[in-house]
Amino acid sequence: MALVLTEEQTMLRDAAKDFLGSRAPVLHLRQLRDDEETQGFSRELWTEMAEMGWAAIIIPETYGGLDYGYTGLGLVLEESGRTLTPSPLISTALLSSSALILSGNDGLCEQWLSQIATGEKLLSLAFEESAQHRPASVTTQAVSEGDGYRLSGTKLGVMNGNSADAFIVTARTRLSDDPCEGVSLFLLPANADGVKIETTQLLDNHRSSTVRLDGVFVSSDQLMGPLHDGYPILKKTLDRGRIGIAAEMLGVAQESFDRTLQYLKERKQFGVPIGSFQALQHRAATLFGEIELCKSVVLKALQAVDENSDDIALLASLAKAKCGQTAKLATAEGIQMHGGIGMTDEFDIGFFIKHWRALNQQLGDSRFHLERFARLRAY
Amino acid sequence: MSTDPNMFRLEVREWLDTNCPEEMRSPMSSEKDACWGGRNFIFQSEAQRLWLHRMGEKGWTAPDWPKEYGGGGLNREQLKILNQEMKRINARPALYSFGISMLGPALLKYGNEAQKLTYLPAIIRGEIRWAQGYSEPNAGSDLANLQAPAVDKGDHYLLNGSKIWTSYGDVGDWMFCLVRTDPDASKHQGISFMLFDLKTPGITVRPIKLISGRSPFCEVFFEDVKIPREQQVGELNKGWSIAKYLLTHEREMISWTGLSRTGSDSVSKTATQVIGKTGDKLDDAILRADIVRFEVDEMAFALTIERARDEVKAGVSLGAVSSWFKFFGTELNKQRYNLLMDIHGSEALAWSGEASDDGKLARDWLRTKGNSIEGGTSEIQLNIVAKHILGLPG
Repeated sequence: MALVLTEEQTMLRDAAKDFLGSRAPVLHLRQLRDDEETQGFSRELWTEMAEMGWAAIIIPETYGGLDYGYTGLGLVLEESGRTLTPSPLISTALLSSSALILSGNDGLCEQWLSQIATGEKLLSLAFEESAQHRPASVTTQAVSEGDGYRLSGTKLGVMNGNSADAFIVTARTRLSDDPCEGVSLFLLPANADGVKIETTQLLDNHRSSTVRLDGVFVSSDQLMGPLHDGYPILKKTLDRGRIGIAAEMLGVAQESFDRTLQYLKERKQFGVPIGSFQALQHRAATLFGEIELCKSVVLKALQAVDENSDDIALLASLAKAKCGQTAKLATAEGIQMHGGIGMTDEFDIGFFIKHWRALNQQLGDSRFHLERFARLRAY
Repeated sequence: MSTDPNMFRLEVREWLDTNCPEEMRSPMSSEKDACWGGRNFIFQSEAQRLWLHRMGEKGWTAPDWPKEYGGGGLNREQLKILNQEMKRINARPALYSFGISMLGPALLKYGNEAQKLTYLPAIIRGEIRWAQGYSEPNAGSDLANLQAPAVDKGDHYLLNGSKIWTSYGDVGDWMFCLVRTDPDASKHQGISFMLFDLKTPGITVRPIKLISGRSPFCEVFFEDVKIPREQQVGELNKGWSIAKYLLTHEREMISWTGLSRTGSDSVSKTATQVIGKTGDKLDDAILRADIVRFEVDEMAFALTIERARDEVKAGVSLGAVSSWFKFFGTELNKQRYNLLMDIHGSEALAWSGEASDDGKLARDWLRTKGNSIEGGTSEIQLNIVAKHILGLPG
């Protein structure tokens, strides 16, 4: 597939740019924060986004979706990175939908995907158990009991956990020497007895929850995918999520750079625009190139998912690592080149570095993915 | 040839099968296997000579140039098919040529009909090896400051002065050269673009020995060199436009050096072979981290070139972005050789002897230091990006 957008994809991106620019610019995030809105995002806005079809992009038509592919969702994510718009696009529309689709559980797909598509229901993945990204280290237990399982354990870093109607949870159903074996996936309603949710406001005003499971009973029809063998589904889901987060980080990097570039042209010191200084020009030119690299890896990775290529894992780590590094540079240079005003809360540029920090951490930081890239290349 | 892509592919396959000598169907083992053509070139084998001859006659050394000038006349899709079919049988390029990569596109755009008919067929057949006469001792990064005066003498120009950093000036046949034809105009005006035979009386070529011990560049001195009027290309005193156009082609060509060559191992594979692994990880943790950062950039760069090519096909112009490609590609290549030197340790230090192929790695490493200088330094490329892409002032 050529590494260019189709006309249809370009139209989707432009529509996303228009909508987010008018309905949810960075000011929207600032207002949510200042109003101390506890969900961290606007449910009304999510309903509008769902009406645009964004909650349904990757969902098959059979379940009421658009079946438009990951490249389409990636473009929307990239634009939402530009405006720093908080929403359940990643936690629900990308990660949870992917897990359901990949699980092949028709009953659960039927029940949940159609309601995700309309924006009515929200789901979140609950799989982390430490502050570092270690998806295979699962100590949460699922013990067989009657026609179901009883789950006990603690999940950390659950994105939008306080808004979720249900969680997709990893739990150990069998002990094994290989940590990737014996893990099963369950779909757990958030209001089930024994579920306790504690929510934290993050530096970028997103919400992350700790979900404590104290002997929570789930019936066996809530088991997603094969018993003991849910890890491969999680892994594929995470790779799709990583590519989506990379797309969002690309948007964060681009917008941060665009704003900084504009400032370089406007701000005068010593009687000239500071953008005429070579020390800043070369850094800006270098950053331009890093962002060009990110555009290529993100598009390639999104297309790889749509083509179900063998390289998804490698490209996911490439994209997550590269976009993480570049958005780090772009947001840090954003502050440095804005000077003192870049350090003020009143000015928007600081929002970008905060969101980069959160996105970079999620589903493995740059270092995690550099390490994985090397492993996948056998060194 | 057929216009139907599938038929065309079959025809190409058949033609290559008949015409590409067996010896030319394997990756080159050294730089000596590269055929540069021209009067002074000594063919390494009859197969190499035949391959150039056949490809030149077919016009496939310049597959997308117009047929009327001896080119292949292929469209983009056909060109892609030809490249795929060549790659499929591991066919070596029949000709490496600055005539094809740099001068030809400029002649096609700026040359008059007579010049196109004179020079393009000879370039395609590999009969003329071209040298580039751009830089001067006082015109490096500030190329437009070039001074070599060419004075109008009616039916010819009289050229004096000198050029420096002329690639392969000692083995080239002709030079495409920037000269000053109006000393009173501002520096970007008054430059003209001329072609001449390096055998013309009054020309002296002196190789420059580099830190690698090799001499890929020369100094060229001119003393009352007569250049016939018809060898001046494009509008008089407007040669700077041609120079810039040609430079974008040169930059694109140089930037491909950032990609690993087909047939050679990746840096990580070389490292695992030379240094070894414990379990499934390279034995040197810090080196491993350095390599993975390099390979992530290498892969991202390859994908960006792929994207740029696809965008060009979709009608988007590359323009000043070629400066960034040149910058990034050459910086990558320097990193690659730094890593290879680290990987090979003390063995990388050898300067002579058979075991090291006369210190090939050390000399290649030193040679890469010039990548980010020749064709415009990295700093100049970043200036161009800042000014022409980002629109920064000054």
